Amino acid sequence: MLEGDEEAKILAGGHSLIPLLKLRLVQPSQLVDIARLPGLSYVREDNGAIAVGAMTTHFDVERSGLLMDALPLLPLTAATIGDVQVRNRGTIGGSLAHADPAADLGAAALALGAEFVAEGPAGRRAIPAQAFFVDVLTTALEPAEVVVEIRFPKPAGRVGADYLKFNHRAIDWAIVGIASWLVFDGDVVSDAAVGLTALGSTPLRATGVEQLLRGQKWSRDLAQAAAQRASDGLDPLSDRHGSAAYRLHLARVLTERSLIAAAARAGQQ
Amino acid sequence: MTETLPISVTVNGTEYRYEVEPRLLLVHYIRDILNLTGTHVGCDTSNCGACTVLLDNRSVKSCTLLAVQADGCDVTTIEGLAGEEGLHPVQRGFWEEHGLQCGYCTPGMILSAVQLLQRNPEPTDDEIRSGIEGNLCRCTGYQNIVNAIRWAAERLREAEASQTAKQ
Ligand SMILES: Cc1cc2nc3c(=O)[nH]c(=O)nc-3n(C[C@H](O)[C@H](O)[C@H](O)COP(=O)(O)OP(=O)(O)OC[C@H]3O[C@@H](n4cnc5c(N)ncnc54)[C@H](O)[C@@H]3O)c2cc1C
Ligand code: FES
Ligand code: FES
Repeated sequence: MLEGDEEAKILAGGHSLIPLLKLRLVQPSQLVDIARLPGLSYVREDNGAIAVGAMTTHFDVERSGLLMDALPLLPLTAATIGDVQVRNRGTIGGSLAHADPAADLGAAALALGAEFVAEGPAGRRAIPAQAFFVDVLTTALEPAEVVVEIRFPKPAGRVGADYLKFNHRAIDWAIVGIASWLVFDGDVVSDAAVGLTALGSTPLRATGVEQLLRGQKWSRDLAQAAAQRASDGLDPLSDRHGSAAYRLHLARVLTERSLIAAAARAGQQ
Repeated sequence: MTETLPISVTVNGTEYRYEVEPRLLLVHYIRDILNLTGTHVGCDTSNCGACTVLLDNRSVKSCTLLAVQADGCDVTTIEGLAGEEGLHPVQRGFWEEHGLQCGYCTPGMILSAVQLLQRNPEPTDDEIRSGIEGNLCRCTGYQNIVNAIRWAAERLREAEASQTAKQ
């Protein structure tokens, strides 16, 4: 149905699209409701990876025991989205495909090295998260392509995760959000990934922070030193929620706190 | 746009079949076509929760859904909560604990509370507050709403316990 009609839009949970329709900000020629497609809502292990169906709701991500064990960053992040009603309805595929730089799941998907499985007229292909997010509300998807699954490599080792979202009221969008993902071998940080929300036109990785952490023995001093690099090379927006300078300050402060919280979840003080 | 689509939605146990415009919001379907005006529109921008209903047992903001998305689904509105034994325990809780003043937020608040207690029969006060995070009240200051939901949780647990005792 999508083929040959560039104005057509997919409707998933509708929790980004319907508000835009009401404001007449988008005027699609057709809406294709993919909620009716069977079998796009699941979380399962598949060939050493964890596969999440695109229509899995934020609530189902939040409550998934498999994700809480293997990839706790995802449920911890999903739990911060909007409110109960939004999480009951909004989907992981819809949120990531919408690519709002203030949306929470993008930073987690980047930090976890997600791979997007897209299906379209030309068949099925996999898009790594780094290539998926192109710009504000823009992804690498072709107009007639649909995300059917998001795959995450299963980590080897003891993991600690945290998503620290800074906003004015608990139900608001992030002014800044930090997704921390640490893998430990004993008390050494064997791998580290830090995803950033609302600090650029797409979700980003704090590569400077990650480099300082990898291979080092964990300590709070290490977290503090590494977090200083969180604002390197960023060029965030100034808007009514905060100036660019304020966001850069938050990036450093929150990264330190988030790393410490993630390590604590892995039993590392 | 006069094109319409046939939909079938079961609301409070009764199946309704209507032809609707694809752009019709679920809340307008409920209020204007089914004349169930207990579901309110407070903001129309997905923020206030006054329009909350249960869709296949999940609380949703009916102003942020198209009626066609509810095709084939079960909807519960405030009108469908009371049973043969009278008001639902959450409704009684709002009565007993003065959980409302103007009442505008109340139907949505009660449905969010029903959802919360289905998922968590023994919530702490903090968990009750998180459970109604998507519902705004301009009158009560929330404390009596929290009391009302706690009251209902206790009654529901008592009812559950006496059920198990009988078996
Ligand atoms: C009151 C409110 C508060 C919110 N707060 C937050 C928040 O704090 N943090 C946050 O991150 N989000 C928030 N959201 C957004 C919410 O998470 C949405 O659910 C999400 O952004 C979109 O998911 P959806 O399933 O509703 O997608 P839809 O609205 O149905 O679709 C969004 C866009 O993605 C496209 N699309 C959907 N699914 C696919 C797919 N599988 N493949 C390709 N394209 C697809 C659609 O065509 C559309 O353009 C909030 C929303 C509301 C209404
Ligand atoms: S009317 Fe739907 S959330 Fe306010
Ligand atoms: S009682 Fe008036 S808005 Fe809640």
